[in-house]
Amino acid sequence: MKLPIYLDYSATTPVDPRVAQKMCACLTPDGSFGNPASRSHAFGWEAEKLVDEARNNVAALIGADPKEIVWTSGATESDNLAIKGAAHFYQKQGRHIVTVKTEHKAVLDTCRQLEREGFEVTYLDVQSNGLIDLDAFEAAIRPDTVLASVMHVNNEIGVIQDIAAIGAICRERKVVFHVDGAQSAGKVPINLANLPVDLMSFSAHKIYGPKGIGALYVQRKPRIRLEAQMHGGGHERGLRSGTLATHQIVGMGEAFRIAGDEMATENERIRTLRDKLYGGLKDMEEVYVNGDFDRRIAGNLNISFNFVEGESLMMALKDVAVSSGSACTSASLEPSYVLRAIGRPDELAHSSLRFTLGRFTTEAEIDHVLSLVRGQVDRLRELSPLWDMYKDGIDLNSVEWVAH
Amino acid sequence: MAYSDKVIDHYERPRNVGTLDKDAVNVGTGMVGAPACGDVMRLQIQVNGEGVIEDAKFKTYGCGSAIASSSLLTEWVKGKTLDEARLIKNSQIADELALPPVKVHCSVLAEDAIKAAIADYQSKQGTG
Ligand SMILES: Cc1ncc(COP(=O)(O)O)c(C=O)c1O
Repeated sequence: MKLPIYLDYSATTPVDPRVAQKMCACLTPDGSFGNPASRSHAFGWEAEKLVDEARNNVAALIGADPKEIVWTSGATESDNLAIKGAAHFYQKQGRHIVTVKTEHKAVLDTCRQLEREGFEVTYLDVQSNGLIDLDAFEAAIRPDTVLASVMHVNNEIGVIQDIAAIGAICRERKVVFHVDGAQSAGKVPINLANLPVDLMSFSAHKIYGPKGIGALYVQRKPRIRLEAQMHGGGHERGLRSGTLATHQIVGMGEAFRIAGDEMATENERIRTLRDKLYGGLKDMEEVYVNGDFDRRIAGNLNISFNFVEGESLMMALKDVAVSSGSACTSASLEPSYVLRAIGRPDELAHSSLRFTLGRFTTEAEIDHVLSLVRGQVDRLRELSPLWDMYKDGIDLNSVEWVAH
Repeated sequence: MAYSDKVIDHYERPRNVGTLDKDAVNVGTGMVGAPACGDVMRLQIQVNGEGVIEDAKFKTYGCGSAIASSSLLTEWVKGKTLDEARLIKNSQIADELALPPVKVHCSVLAEDAIKAAIADYQSKQGTG
């Protein structure tokens, strides 16, 4: 077994070797290196053909028409283009936006920017399982609401929002609906031909494609209009100028094609491993799963080990690459805002680890991680004054802490 | 973030982990921090008739730097008089462990912990 073990697939994935191979064929002098916009020679035609194929592959995975795909540099850019682009285009009809507190920063910070420009934004709470309450969502929509943005799958806790139901509300209230699908493509079936979604962001590097490439789905019927954020040569029907990165696009297309072929069997396999991981931890005292367990993607386990601080646990698990909702892992001293939004007390947020499994995770790795985690949680609890107090029957909420 | 070798050493082989009898008159206990902030340190000192710290124990909930800071502190205070121990500064701990700026608060917590333990001991002696 190769160490360290990678269990941080929601942060990014390695490029599938099949994808890398196709990408490499678009770079060198004997490859398809041409500019897809070159109309006057075979180099350009060849590259354009590859870009078209990739566009078809991406569209096929998500049930879209290839003409509805706009290439971007990743989900961050797609979120920016969708939210700023729609808000700016439709602002004469209203300047209110609805989004959710657990969204990725690419959505939240974009909304903050629009607030600085004079838009009003409602940041909806979620329920303790991480899902939004549909009635609360509907109640947040006002006559001047022009746009709603809700992520499909949450990057920290992996829960899956009911996009169909949320979209139906948006349709009825004539609100443009954007969905961040960075964490859902290739993990959850998506059929935009039937889903009431107007704009949807995608990224390649979460599903075994390269970093630095993504796409925005822009619905054509009825047509959703956007104000471009990047101006130049008028590529992508004027929505996103810039020479198309053939190798990146080809990589994304191949990654999406493979996901379409393999998603069903891959999900089964990953779910079995994730359930094994959880099964090996759930009998420990004081462990809590964060977010709804059933309505989550197969590869995610976000779990808090009470009375053990997350960063120290990650340090103990030095052969395992995971992430934590603990404040100590970031420059700020605030624990994860997602865990806070689902109502987890700060101490449980500090004690959380996110395991995300993927295509190259093996059962031997899970077995190894299980024994490491159990041993290290026990060791750190022996070091923890909170564990002592818990064992002595002291209610930690009744203690007057000397906070600093 | 990479940890210094000294932090890793204390984290992997913490010194003086444990508990002293908090009700004993010759034991002072300092507990600082809060679970909601992500770190809690409990430092205990056992003081002899000459006012010398003859034993020290700790338990810490917190990141590796917090655990290392408290472990190092127990090593430093053993054999010191209360007056000497009171002079330990967080900057000395931070320097010894090469803590990065975001982790300096861990050493502050350790300084607070020894001061709190001394104060607790002295209040038990009626001199606090
Ligand atoms: C939900 C979500 N949205 C957006 C992003 C940003 O994607 P990208 O890295 O492609 O810009 C990520 C990944 O970090 C994500 O998880």
